[in-house]
Amino acid sequence: MKVSFQWVAFHTIVAKEIRRFVRIWPQTLLPPAITMTLYFVIFGNLIGSRIGDMGGFDYMQFIVPGLVMMSVIQNSYGNVVSSFYSTKFQRSIEEMLVSPMSATTILLGYIAGGVARGLCVGVIVTLLSLFFTHLQVQHILVTVLVVLLTAVLFAIAGFINAIFANKFDDVAIIPTFVLTPLTYLGGVFYSIDLLPEFWRMVSLLNPVVYMVNVFRYGLLGVSDVNVVASLAAIVMFTGGLFFWALWLLKRGVGIRH
Amino acid sequence: MSAALVLRDVRKTYANGVEALKGISLEVQAGDFFALLGPNGAGKSTTIGIISSLVNSSGGSVEVFGYDLDRERVLAKQRVGVVPQEFNFNQFEKVFDILIAQAGFYGIPAAKAAERAEHYLRKLGLWDKRESQSRMLSGGMKRRLMIARALVHEPDLLILDEPTAGVDIELRRSMWDFLIELNQQGKTIILTTHYLEEAESLCRRIAIIDRGQIVENTDMKSLLEKLDVETFVLDLAAPLGEAPSLKGLEVRLRDARTLEVAVPKTRPLNDLFVALGEKGISVLSMRNKSNRLEELFLRLVERNLPAGGGA
Repeated sequence: MKVSFQWVAFHTIVAKEIRRFVRIWPQTLLPPAITMTLYFVIFGNLIGSRIGDMGGFDYMQFIVPGLVMMSVIQNSYGNVVSSFYSTKFQRSIEEMLVSPMSATTILLGYIAGGVARGLCVGVIVTLLSLFFTHLQVQHILVTVLVVLLTAVLFAIAGFINAIFANKFDDVAIIPTFVLTPLTYLGGVFYSIDLLPEFWRMVSLLNPVVYMVNVFRYGLLGVSDVNVVASLAAIVMFTGGLFFWALWLLKRGVGIRH
Repeated sequence: MSAALVLRDVRKTYANGVEALKGISLEVQAGDFFALLGPNGAGKSTTIGIISSLVNSSGGSVEVFGYDLDRERVLAKQRVGVVPQEFNFNQFEKVFDILIAQAGFYGIPAAKAAERAEHYLRKLGLWDKRESQSRMLSGGMKRRLMIARALVHEPDLLILDEPTAGVDIELRRSMWDFLIELNQQGKTIILTTHYLEEAESLCRRIAIIDRGQIVENTDMKSLLEKLDVETFVLDLAAPLGEAPSLKGLEVRLRDARTLEVAVPKTRPLNDLFVALGEKGISVLSMRNKSNRLEELFLRLVERNLPAGGGA
C-alpha cells in the first residue's frame, strides 16, 4: 500500500514535469533542434567536408554522437535546475513538503522529469542528424545505458544546483561556466588523441569525455577511452551524486529553515 | 475526546540565533475550532511551519492524532491540511491541475483526485475557473483555491494561517460559514488571524502566543470573562479643550469631539453619564472602541513586554 502511494506521488511529479516542458516547447524542445541543425550544417557539412576523416569516420558521423550527448546533458540538467528552482522561488515546493511524499520520491520524480526531457531532445537531435548522415548503432545496450546514465547524472546535478541556488543568476552560472566548457572540451568535436600528451591527460579529468566516448562507441564502435571502466565510473559518480542530493533534500538545505 | 494535535516543548532557534519558539506545549482536541493568536513575530507561523514540516524544529515533539510527526511521518501528514498565509502555488498552472497534483502528492489516484477536485472547486465557487492559470485569479479566489487544495486529501486537521487576510467582508463571511460547516462535519480547525472578531466568532478555544511562549491557553468564554474593563468611544455634541476628570474612570481625549472612556465592568454605565452630565458634556453617540477580545489580547501581550516596552 505504501509503495503504491509513493508510486502515485512519483507519477504525479513526472507527469507534471513532462506537461511543463511540453507546454513551453518553444523554450525547451525547439531551441536545441535549431542549434543542433546549425551545428550539423556548419561543422558537419561546410567545415567538416574540409576536415576529412576523424577517428576513421567522416567528420559529420564523428560529431553526431557528441552533439546528441551534448543535447542530452544540457537538457536533462536544464530541466531540473529551472523547474526545481522555480518551485522554490514560487514556494510551490511547499505543496510537496507538507505532503507525506518521501524525499526519495521527490528526487526520483525530478530526475525522471529531467531524463524525459533529455531523452526527448536526444531523440529529436538524432532524427535531425539522419538528414545529414547515416547512423548504424553498433552496440545498442551500451548506447542506451550510457545515454540513460548521463541523463540521470546531469538531472541530479541540476537538482543539486537548484537546491543551492538563491537567485535566478545562480541557475545560469554552472551551465555557462562549468557545463558548457566541459562539454565543448569533452571530445564532442575532436578525438582527444589529437591533443598533445599533456592536454590529453588533462582532458581525461573531464567526466564528459567518458560519456561522449562511450556513446560514440555505442553508435560507431570507436572510443578514445576504456568503455567498461568509463561506465563503472559514471555509475559510481551517479550514485554518489544521488545520495548527496538525497541527503541535502532530507536535511532541507536551501528549502527549509 | 482524543487529541488532534499535541505539541510538547517545541523549540526553534533560527540559524541567525533568533529564538522563535522557547518550548511551547499545546493540546488541541479532536473536533475543536481553535484560534492561535499573537502579534507579528510572536511565533505563530513558525509553529504552523513546524506542524506542516516546512520548518525544522530545534527540539520537542509534535503528534497528530497520536502519530508522531518524526517517527510516523506518513500517517501524521496524511491527516493535516495546511492553508498558508502567502500564495504558494505555481502561478502558471491551471486551477484544476493544482488540485490534481496536490492529491497525487498524497497518493490519491487520478480518477478519485478529479472527483474531489470538482467537489471542492464547486464548493468554493471556483469550478468556472478550473481551466484558468492561477495567476489570473483575484486575491479572494486565490485564497479559496488554497483552501480547496488543503482539503483535497480530506484531512482531519485543517490549519489556516490568516485565511481571510485581504478578503472582502462578504467573502469573509461566506468563508466563515464554510469553515463552520467543515467543523460541524468533524474536522478539527486551527486558525491564526489578525481579525480578532474572526477568532471570537468562530473559535471555542484560544491560545495566545507571544515572544515564542504561550501566554494564555483557555476556552474563549473563560478568556472573555477575564476582561474587567471595557473602553467606549463617545462622540460629543460640543468640542472640548482637554480631557475632563471623571472620578474612577480613565479618560482620554482623542480629538476635540471624541472622548475615550475605560469603564470597569463592575460599575454601571449610568455612573459615566451622570459624571458627564455633571461636567455639562453632551454625548451624541457611543460605541465600543474595539471588540472585547482585542482589548484582552492587547493587555496580555502588553503584560508580557519587558520593562521599557517591546521592539
